[in-house]
Parts: sequence; C-alpha cells; structure tokens
Amino acid sequence: MTWILDHLDVLFTTSLDHLWLALIPVVAGLLISLPLGWMASRWRLAKSILVPTAGMLYTIPSLALFVLMPLILGTRILDPLNVIAALTIYTVALLVRSVADALAAVPPAVTAAATAMGYRPLGRFFAVELPLAVPVLLAGVRVATVSNISLVSVGALIGVGGLGKFFTEGYQRGNPAEIIAAIVAILVLALLMEIILVVAGRALTPWARTGGAR
Amino acid sequence: MSVFEQVWVWLTSPDNWAANGIPLRLLEHLRYTATAIPIAALIAVPLGAYIGHTRRGGTLVVGLLNSVRALPELGMLVLLVPAMGLLLAFEALTIVLVLIAVPPLLAGTYAGVRNVEPSIVDAARGMGMSEREVLFGVELPNALPLMLGALRAATLQVIATASIAAFVSLGGLGRFVIDGNALRQFDQMAGGAVLIAALAITAELVLAGVQWLVVSPGLRPTRTRKRKATT
Repeated sequence: MTWILDHLDVLFTTSLDHLWLALIPVVAGLLISLPLGWMASRWRLAKSILVPTAGMLYTIPSLALFVLMPLILGTRILDPLNVIAALTIYTVALLVRSVADALAAVPPAVTAAATAMGYRPLGRFFAVELPLAVPVLLAGVRVATVSNISLVSVGALIGVGGLGKFFTEGYQRGNPAEIIAAIVAILVLALLMEIILVVAGRALTPWARTGGAR
Repeated sequence: MSVFEQVWVWLTSPDNWAANGIPLRLLEHLRYTATAIPIAALIAVPLGAYIGHTRRGGTLVVGLLNSVRALPELGMLVLLVPAMGLLLAFEALTIVLVLIAVPPLLAGTYAGVRNVEPSIVDAARGMGMSEREVLFGVELPNALPLMLGALRAATLQVIATASIAAFVSLGGLGRFVIDGNALRQFDQMAGGAVLIAALAITAELVLAGVQWLVVSPGLRPTRTRKRKATT
C-alpha cells in the first residue's frame, strides 16, 4: 500500500503513456480501416482478399507481432513504434470487418434516397452511410480499445509497455503491490474509455434516442 | 548477412532443432494449451448451456465476462506465479489460461444456445422431447458453429498467453523471445516470434477444418445464405 501512495505521480504519468500507446493505434487503425472496409463492402474481390488477411493477422499473438515489427519496419527493437504499429494492425484487422458489415447493412433504399436528393458518392458516404454505420463501428472500436489497453502491457517484455513495466519490475523485485496497482490502473483506463466511447456514441447517433422511427 | 537471413539461419539450424531446443519448447507450449482448454471447456460449456437454455442470469454473466476480458494477462501471471510459488508455476499458469479461455467459451455457448430459433425449440417440445433431449438433441447441435468459433478464439488467446509464460521462468516458445531479448540476440527473438505466429496460424487452420467437419451440413454458411436469398 505504501508503495502505491509513494508512487502515485509515476503511476499517473505512466498511465498517460500507456493510454497514448493504446489510443494512437485505435485512431490510426480507424482511419486505415474506413477506406479498406468501404472497398470490402463494395467489391466482392476486395472483400475476399481483405477479410481473410485481416483474420490471419488477428491470429498472430501480440508478443510475436511486437518482435516481428523491426523486421518489417526496420525499427530498433526498443522503439515504441513497434508496439504502436502492431496494435494498429490488430485494430485494422478487427475494424475492416466491422466497417464492411456496417456499410453493407445500410438499406439500399436509404442510399437511393440520398442519391435522389443530390448527394454525390463522397458526400453521401460521409453524410449518410458513415453515420448509419456508427453503432456497429463503435462496438468494434470499443473492443479494439479495451484489448489494446490490455495488450500494451505485453510490450513490457521488450521494453515498451506503459504500465506493463510495473509488471516486469514488480515481478523482479517481488513487490505484489506494484503489480496490483498497475492491474487496477489498466482496468480503470479500460473502464474510462468504455464510458467515453458510449457517451460519444450517444452524441453521434441522436436519432437512436428518439425511440425509433415509429 | 541481412536480418532475414540471420533469422532464417536460426530457424533452420540443426542445433536449434535438437530434442532440447525447438521441439521441447513446442511440446511445452502445446501442453500448456492442451491442459487449459479442456478445463475451461468443462467449466464454460455446461454453465453456458444452462444459462442459454433456462435464459436465467444471462446479462449478469455477459457483464462479468466483459470485465474479465479487460484484465491484462501478464499482470495476472506475474501476480499469481510468485504467490503460488515457483514449484507450482505450471498450476498458476494453468489457472491464468483457464481464466482467459472461459469468457469466450462461455459467451459462445450461451449465445449459441440462446440464439437457436425459438420455433425449432418449440417444435422439439411439441414432438414430446424432454428438456434434456431439447438441450442435447436440438439446442447444442444448433449452437455448435458458434461454440466452435468460440473454441478457436479461446485457443488463440491461450496460445498467445502461453507465449509470455517464459517470463515467469516457464517454458514454451516464448522462451526464445525472452532469452533472445536478454542476450540481445535478435535472430533468436525473431525466430521464436516466427514459431509462435506459425503455431497460432496452424492451430487456427486445424480448428477451422474441424469446425467444417463437425458442424451439421444443414448449418453450413453457404446453405443458409442460399435459403436467405430465396425467401
């Protein structure tokens, strides 16, 4: 307990580092998976390539992907970029499917109506199709965020792990308080992000609160 | 020599394939996985089938499972292994692996049983099947695709977590990554990572094949898609 009280400031700053390591990949992954998911929802060929590839990438365990990143990116082993890039790959792998399914589920009558109202394809995508895809997309973003927050700590095994460094350090020093503090901090971060995303989802889909179209 | 060549040399070196090298670590990895998955299935499948069949306590269980999912595996491992003592390190690892495998298996079984079309279950009851027969003869076979999907997800997570067991003085393929990192030997690290990835992908392909073989032909995706198109 005393360890926790003595190290509150370090815990806080490390939590912020941890959050960045987890959230940059979510944002980057979302930006990459939007065009890819759009392609997969439009062309069967793109879907038949992208979805199995995403599944395969998602299969690779995090420790392995962290270590293989320097081979692909040419980075150094201790570069935080390895963790960020690997988690971005997971996020893209998870979200491409969500985006594709969500866009494919937009009723054709809605897109047809938007076209008839004069929307060009690009404007229609951002004003009509993307907002309608938000609920499914958000569910994917929530899963990706929570799993990233947990996975960042594995990076501690290769020297970049945010709060995970308290796991390796606490194990080597035989200090369970340090480990428990980091677990709690990770759970709090995950819970906070869940709440923020749920609130953001409600703000982004005002029509969902009116109790349906009927 | 490029990094790729170094990794290739490490992976193909006969020394590393001696009995106490890669084969030993692979067997350890498989042993960890093969111990945890059946225990997790013994806990999760009956519980999930019961909740799905009676529809009691579903929301509670799903909420609980989501919070377990946010727990960091490495944290649980470094907490539990010293707490139980190094002599029981394997048992401690198994507890962590079971904790990780139960949520997806339970959720998959629950969702699978729960989502069987009510008209099918009604028809089974109408034919005079007992509750037991409904569960074992109708609900579970229909839930099989989702349950096996859950088994795949659980197996992958267990393989991934077993690869960090090397940090707490256990074996498994993660040994090469941890040792390589400690000794600053990138060829060993990356070679180990390639082996871990290969094991995970192989397990995924094998289980996908099993799923295809075991699931009733009437439930295969191609058939359902066809049926949907005609109605």
